[in-house]
Amino acid sequence: MSLLSPVTSLANPSRFAAFAERLTPWLIGATAFVFAVALYLALVVAPPDYQQGETVRIMFIHVPSAWLAMFAYTLMAIASLGVLIWRHPLADVSAKAAAPLGAAFTFLALATGSLWGKPMWGAWWVWDARLTSFLILFIMYLGLMALRSAIEEPSRAAKACAILTLVGSVNIPIIKFSVDWWNTLHQPASVIRAGKPTMDPSILWPLLIAAVAFTLLFTTLHLVGMRTELLRRRARTLRLTAAASAPAALAPEPAE
Amino acid sequence: MTDPHFGYIAASYAIAFVVIAGLILWTALDQRAQRRALAELEARSGRRRAADGPRP
Amino acid sequence: MPSPLSAVLNRDLALARGGGAGLGVVFFLLVVTVTPFAVGPDLPLLGRIGPAILWLGALLATLLGLDRLLQADHEDGGLDLMHLAPAPLELVVAAKILAHWLTTGVPLVVAAPLFAVMLDVGPQTSLKVAASLLLGTPALACLGAVGAALTVGLRRGGLLVPVLILPLAIPVLIFGVAASDPARDGFGPLGVLAGLALGYAVLGPVAAAAALRLLRD
Repeated sequence: MSLLSPVTSLANPSRFAAFAERLTPWLIGATAFVFAVALYLALVVAPPDYQQGETVRIMFIHVPSAWLAMFAYTLMAIASLGVLIWRHPLADVSAKAAAPLGAAFTFLALATGSLWGKPMWGAWWVWDARLTSFLILFIMYLGLMALRSAIEEPSRAAKACAILTLVGSVNIPIIKFSVDWWNTLHQPASVIRAGKPTMDPSILWPLLIAAVAFTLLFTTLHLVGMRTELLRRRARTLRLTAAASAPAALAPEPAE
Repeated sequence: MTDPHFGYIAASYAIAFVVIAGLILWTALDQRAQRRALAELEARSGRRRAADGPRP
Repeated sequence: MPSPLSAVLNRDLALARGGGAGLGVVFFLLVVTVTPFAVGPDLPLLGRIGPAILWLGALLATLLGLDRLLQADHEDGGLDLMHLAPAPLELVVAAKILAHWLTTGVPLVVAAPLFAVMLDVGPQTSLKVAASLLLGTPALACLGAVGAALTVGLRRGGLLVPVLILPLAIPVLIFGVAASDPARDGFGPLGVLAGLALGYAVLGPVAAAAALRLLRD
């Protein structure tokens, strides 16, 4: 590993870190405020659906989580282009910080989808096209995180994960299409198609506010996560340079 | 509260709370741990540099 | 003509003749053997789910054999020579995938109708399974090459490749099983499967070569 590349790449990321540091308190405040409003709207103001009753309140978590699950992958795909084409030093930091967040929100979308499905379908898990697609997306997130943790050196891990993310993003439309096709092929007779709930404005507005709240939360967590990742990398560079200059002095140091 | 599916709604919100709280906690703790590690490293390398400096 | 690509192909085929290529078929046989123990020796049921079992077995056998695609070349330094070869790395990787498929994929295709007999799958259906496997296994091999290239040189690579590649292989499985459906006439799913195979035949070598190039140091 050359010593020059971390040094030159620090210039830009350090400016980013200062920017993130200043922005974080404002983002936390905005997230907390919009979340409070969204919760109030979702639990108090929004009327029960005429078809689904109070169950529709699960939607205010489920839909924003599903949105973030896809948003995080899109973000990672763009960041992967940044890693491979522009070799931007922050691109991989962004991709790495987004992966666990995306996995967590995909899990949340699956869990709330299952809880929503039990009263609607009468079963905890139905191999419905959308639920199945999200399950596959969840496994893809887990695979990406496993690949990253299996490669020790960050720059190699960055490139490997970028390639896998891009191959996955080429595949996602194919997976979506084939799962939809498979689902219409094996349409189980027992499933009651609830149909898309007609979006009344009284429900649509709380949903939009909830989506904004979730997106703000994601942005905050992602920004702080990127900042942490930058600190981790700087600490790693310091450890490496220290170990290179004085191997004897640092011998009893724990590795990580 | 009269809704027959109250349990499912409560469970959904509870899971969302646990997952989001977990994410926030993990992010904050990780940040703190890395800051501490970095400060320690910088202090140590600074000390050594100071010790190295006056030597001929 | 001793072009670099035919050299790679001949070398890999010669190496495979040395042994190890039959292991995939044995694994395939194991999946077929184990299933009746899991679902019971109910022949009508086995006949109904037979194409699905055969496809699952072939899918797992293909993916589990993939870590050998590049690992041996990484260990003996052959991979470094391929980087220097007077041919594009993409084509060299494609030649390696072809050799891998000829030695591990084709035996699975040939074995599938034999194993279909054990599951009481009718002759026409078993031919359909073989035809869909003939198109599906190259697609799986091309996708799997990406996983093999990404994990080359990793100590924990063995189980990682299936975990990375299985979610991406789901479309192949869906259309492969649909193409073996005895109740379905026409070439719809088989056509989609052929399209997938062609697409992955481009995507796989390109992405795998990019991974090999970027991860080389």
